[in-house]
Amino acid sequence: MSAILEVRDLHVRLPVAAGELHAVRGIDFTVRRGETLCIVGESGCGKSMTSLAVMGLLPRRAKRQVASLRFDGIDLSSLSERQMSDIRGNRMAMIFQEPMTSLNPAYTIGNQLAEALTRHRPVSGREAEQRAVFLLEKVGITSAGDRLRQYPHQLSGGLRQRVMIALALMCDPALIIADEPTTALDVTIQAQILHLLVSLQREFNMALVLITHDLGVVARVANRVAVMYAGEIVEVGTTAELFARPMHPYTEGLLRCIPIPGRTRRDEPLGSIAGLVPSLIGQQHGCGFANRCEYVQDACREGSVLLGMEAGHAYRCLFTPEARRPAEVRS
Amino acid sequence: MSASVLETRDVRCTFSVRQGLFKPKRPLHAVNGVSLTLRKGEVLGLVGESGCGKSTLARMLLGLQAPTGGEILFEGQSIGRLDRASITRKIQTVFQDPYSSLNPRKSISSIVSLPLRVHKIGNPADWQNQVERMLDMVGLPRRVYHSYPNQLSGGQRQRVAIARALIMRPEVIICDEPTSSLDVSVQAQILNLLRELRQELGLTYLLISHNLAVIDYLASRIAVMHLGRIVEEGTTDTIMRQPSHPYTKALLASVLTPEPGLGVPATDLGTSFPSPLAPPPGCTFHPRCPAAMQVCKEAAPKPRAQADGGMVECHLYT
Repeated sequence: MSAILEVRDLHVRLPVAAGELHAVRGIDFTVRRGETLCIVGESGCGKSMTSLAVMGLLPRRAKRQVASLRFDGIDLSSLSERQMSDIRGNRMAMIFQEPMTSLNPAYTIGNQLAEALTRHRPVSGREAEQRAVFLLEKVGITSAGDRLRQYPHQLSGGLRQRVMIALALMCDPALIIADEPTTALDVTIQAQILHLLVSLQREFNMALVLITHDLGVVARVANRVAVMYAGEIVEVGTTAELFARPMHPYTEGLLRCIPIPGRTRRDEPLGSIAGLVPSLIGQQHGCGFANRCEYVQDACREGSVLLGMEAGHAYRCLFTPEARRPAEVRS
Repeated sequence: MSASVLETRDVRCTFSVRQGLFKPKRPLHAVNGVSLTLRKGEVLGLVGESGCGKSTLARMLLGLQAPTGGEILFEGQSIGRLDRASITRKIQTVFQDPYSSLNPRKSISSIVSLPLRVHKIGNPADWQNQVERMLDMVGLPRRVYHSYPNQLSGGQRQRVAIARALIMRPEVIICDEPTSSLDVSVQAQILNLLRELRQELGLTYLLISHNLAVIDYLASRIAVMHLGRIVEEGTTDTIMRQPSHPYTKALLASVLTPEPGLGVPATDLGTSFPSPLAPPPGCTFHPRCPAAMQVCKEAAPKPRAQADGGMVECHLYT
């Protein structure tokens, strides 16, 4: 499979009152055609900034610095804003978290869907409307013709997110970036929307980058997973590999935190990760996870941390899982 | 079986909703005849989708919303006849969003000691002591005593909210989605804390959540709510292993556990969520139910007792 999106050494910096916030600190990843890559991490780890940096939608004061950012053979980092907006919504599309705020309340659903197509293709309004009806039916909305004349406030949250998915599909994109598409929805609706997203992705053979904090979603949807922590990718691998054998202490800790019905014992405490995410303001030293890691050694706090490599499964730690010792035992 | 602490008998809450400037108001039955019993020392999990009335029910139990029908009993006495102060001494709450439930202009010491000041409990000289003991209990360092909420993280704020609820030594704590705005690693810390506090202080919880995995971990009994009614209730084991009601089954199937290879389940609930303003006739779940029969469209099912002391409200079991 060839790569549709290739990101090398991406940095995003935001000036804040206390200095410079280093939100994304040199990450590399590749998305292949037709695959699903999940980027998972807790709030503040830089996963949303990564997606916005790829789409060219960062806040104006944010600074993007990247060694190489290639989408389908095009170097995105050298494009002007005008050229970028020809690609955005056309060859690559984005689905945002909040279906309540990402649709324009002043225009009808039909208007917004049709605009996405007429902006990028030489088609008539009627053709655009036909495509809109076709896609609304695809995403499971009944009486699609009538829905075109409705306004966003007349739809429920689940329906709005379906409209957002249809909107992303209007120009038949090669890549969709979905930033927490189901976080604001109920569990039953979440399952429906994810099911829909996965089946549409197969049908249209798109690449999907799904950004989420929910490891349950990741396990069910992703082909490959990238775990982010404090602005860096700390572990990347195929879903089966990463869940069966987590190599980074953070991934290991995260998996222990989730209660699983039928498997977690109720009379035992859940695993948890002590401590807080480090502040990313100013120059960073050593491993980002050092202050919360139970295996931390002096070497972790100095120097850079290498990315250990195994076939298709990489992690950012100085030690292999076998070489790690809990801090209390060692001293 | 231990004694009931809090009990609702066919409790109802109806709002009238204005549809437009010149249209008549219409009734919205947010809670439509709920009978639940919270026994001493147990954790009752209440689960349901947004808009099903679970938060309205919680507000009524806290005395923040007067029921329009039915009765709420606290230790056998009707809550309507008790005054607000004596209810709040016994029933406390932890809200969902620790960013909006703490006053940003008050220090942590002032937030946690406020219940003591309002109820004039104990000697003011001793309040600082009590607050510090409470902070220790919920795992906060004593240095946050003089801090303000904006200096704390989400997990720490939720610990402050728990400390504030516990300082009155209440009987019952109502936790309305206590972890849904927190990250997973922080969620685990808070769940562990709630579990330890219950064992230490013998608390009774009503745990409201849409996350069945969280409910499964903490609750001893589960009640499932759909459109203002409890449609199934039973012990955690029964509900999680052998659910009866099709809605419970659908909720359970929608839980995405981190097990790769299982894929995303296809739930057959349909895309339409019935409007609470115009609930469908008969069983309110029938438009979404994969097992709906003719009778479901005509008559509402009656609650039916189950073997484990629970109940189910569905025509499949009558």
